[in-house]
Amino acid sequence: MVKRMSNCTSCNCKSSKNLPEDLVKIFEKYTKKRENVIPLLQDVQEKYGYLSKENLISISEYLNVPTSNVYGVATFYNQFRLVPLGKHLIRVCRGTACHVKGSDKILDKIESELNIKAGETTSDELFSLETVACVGACSIAPVITVDEEFYGRLQQKDITALIDKYRKSD
Amino acid sequence: MSDRTKIYVGMGTCGLAAGAKFVFEAISNTLKNLKIDAEIIPTGCVGYCKREIIVDIAKPGYPKLSYGDVTAANVEGLLKSVLVDNVHNHKLIIGKYPTAEVINKDDLNEVPNINDLPFFKKQRRLVLKNCGHINPESLQDYLAFEGYEGLKKAFAAGQLGAIDEVKKSGLRGRGGGGFPTGMKWEFGNKSVPKDPDNQKKYMICNADEGDPGAFMDRSVLEGDPFSLLEGMTIAAYAIGASYGYIYVRAEYPLAIERLENAIKLAKENNLLGENILGSGFNLELKIKKGAGAFVCGEETALIGSIEGKRGMPNPRPPFPTESGAFGCPTVINNVETLANVPGILRHGGDWFASVGTDNSKGTKVFALTGKINNAGLVEVPMGISLREIIYEIGNGIIDDKKYKSVQIGGPSGGCISEENLDIKIDYESLKTVGAMMGSGGLVVMDEGTCMVDVAKYFVEFCTKESCGKCTPCREGTMRMFEILEKITTKGIDKQEKIDSVKHLEHLAGVIRDTSLCGLGQTAPNPVLSTLKYFKNEYDAHIYDEKCPSGHCKSLIHYEIDESKCIGCGICKAKCPTGAIVGERKSPHKIQTEVCVKCDQCVQLCPVKAIAAK
Ligand SMILES: Cc1cc2nc3c(=O)[nH]c(=O)nc-3n(C[C@H](O)[C@H](O)[C@H](O)COP(=O)(O)O)c2cc1C
Ligand code: FES
Repeated sequence: MVKRMSNCTSCNCKSSKNLPEDLVKIFEKYTKKRENVIPLLQDVQEKYGYLSKENLISISEYLNVPTSNVYGVATFYNQFRLVPLGKHLIRVCRGTACHVKGSDKILDKIESELNIKAGETTSDELFSLETVACVGACSIAPVITVDEEFYGRLQQKDITALIDKYRKSD
Repeated sequence: MSDRTKIYVGMGTCGLAAGAKFVFEAISNTLKNLKIDAEIIPTGCVGYCKREIIVDIAKPGYPKLSYGDVTAANVEGLLKSVLVDNVHNHKLIIGKYPTAEVINKDDLNEVPNINDLPFFKKQRRLVLKNCGHINPESLQDYLAFEGYEGLKKAFAAGQLGAIDEVKKSGLRGRGGGGFPTGMKWEFGNKSVPKDPDNQKKYMICNADEGDPGAFMDRSVLEGDPFSLLEGMTIAAYAIGASYGYIYVRAEYPLAIERLENAIKLAKENNLLGENILGSGFNLELKIKKGAGAFVCGEETALIGSIEGKRGMPNPRPPFPTESGAFGCPTVINNVETLANVPGILRHGGDWFASVGTDNSKGTKVFALTGKINNAGLVEVPMGISLREIIYEIGNGIIDDKKYKSVQIGGPSGGCISEENLDIKIDYESLKTVGAMMGSGGLVVMDEGTCMVDVAKYFVEFCTKESCGKCTPCREGTMRMFEILEKITTKGIDKQEKIDSVKHLEHLAGVIRDTSLCGLGQTAPNPVLSTLKYFKNEYDAHIYDEKCPSGHCKSLIHYEIDESKCIGCGICKAKCPTGAIVGERKSPHKIQTEVCVKCDQCVQLCPVKAIAAK
């Protein structure tokens, strides 16, 4: 049990820590109810790119929900990640329509181009690679997204140029 | 008709992916240069994704004309032709929309009617009627198309009157199960909150759309969000719920944005919030973003997720109508189900019931994808055949390849072979061929698709998405996956493969009968249906160690047809492992031991001399 010295001064949670301002701003949007675990995790992840151990603890203290529960939620849903991402997030759709149109080959090509596997980040921290179940653009399969941009009707031979575009923009 | 030209640009997720933003900008610049005053309206998607990006032009005194394959580069020429030169039958033309009276001037005679085109002819648009035709961010637009007339009728008919109308319509849930919607509402209406401290009722819209390869709900949310809000308000009123959630998957950022805007506008105009339209009925709606878990589409898991828990299903009963969100009576309906409701109230249950078959009324929206020429979003009357959808609306298989199967119902559904293509689409008939309606994904597969691989694909999907709560689903799907993996791997003892396939059928039965929720109960369907209708492919994998479609990596090798190879050297230069050898201008060879089967050479070869065998 962590001994609590005094209450947090930046918000009225029971934590002994002073929370960063960004976090306080996010917390202020939500009431201290269990049902807000997921929205909080989403907002915190959007702000910081991932969920750090400290932030998971802060959320649990703010909502007064056991950290184990918050961790349980964070590890249940595909959306959440506990490690930081690279600068660009490449997501390869592995939905049925994309699968039938050869998304496995697109994934292979990206993996070999970046020299990482899905779920990993390149050593220069420029790219992270993930797979998703369907991004809802099935009619232009196979589809990948890079950050917020969609790319459809892809072929293996398009990949190098596409990735180079992001390499060069940095 | 307004006296200002209107230009509509399809800007759903798919349109945006195809570059609709740039077309929008180019239109705006061109109008400025040509000094033409016109309103540019962003819309959702009409579903004709093949001709993306689609731009419709409505000039005063002219029918609305639709153009496809528009790009930022060719839009200037299009606008000049249509707006300045009055040449409407431009090479990008798709067709003209019907008007109250026939308009014949300039070259309009030559422009085909849109409803005569094969893609539109057999469609019947009830749910998608506004998609692509109104600005989804404008309440005014929605109101101009009979918006909120349904809600007013519901208020006039009273709670039970509204439920009666929906019962009369025969509407059944479009989320997969096909439960009669009116009956569900009746249960919700009669149910009383048990907790004295929490006397609420909830109306939830299931917009999780987890079926990978389906985007019907996304298109409604992006193209006509107010129709969902109106349907949901009617449903909430009918059951007496003053609180509601829309549970949308996080992968749909644009849908969420448009919904948030729609809720805001509805609130400002007394169509949500307190005392809606003076009826005394209150409704507070909130959006909950999903977090990427397929099982959360299941209603009890979805409720768990709304409550902030891991999305794990619970046994039913109690059904959500008795004890749902936060223990209160809750009705859950799918997006498409609810989007049907305003029309039913507006025109009456009988009107709706006049479309469809005996036990399946109305229309169904399908996301037609895969190896099909006209991929897109189609809405068809129940009772149409799959053959009509694939060969008439869909215009057949890409590159005239041979049809193999269509996958319907996603991970819970089945694969339908050529012999069953004439089956009429309705809830019951699809079950007779080992498939189910599901939520509306139709993925078409050709001779190049391996059916064992498809079964493996879905089983793998279920292993990843199983929540882990019940053993048959958690362990069983994993064992099924291992067996399918074994069949598609070279060098494993044949007898072992034969035995394991026998085991597969038994295992599938156990998983179906003993899993806790629909995910596990239906997970064996893709395996059972492929085993039944594509047994020959399983046999080829097992007995001949061959994948007839040339897909399963372990069982194939690549060969260059020496009679076709021109020795251009492109494949050799691009091969990542240097597996290809040969002199320039003479036939090349692939060294199988070095080849990693990445398939790149097949796609690069200019004379199609390389193939997987
Ligand atoms: C594993 C699983 C996933 C489901 N996914 C969805 C979904 O994505 N969307 C949906 O509307 N219904 C889904 N359902 C069905 C829901 O549980 C529920 O039956 C439906 O939302 C009820 O609405 P309806 O009566 O309007 O169809 C799913 C069911 C199961 C078992
Ligand atoms: S299957 Fe890839 S976008 Fe839907």
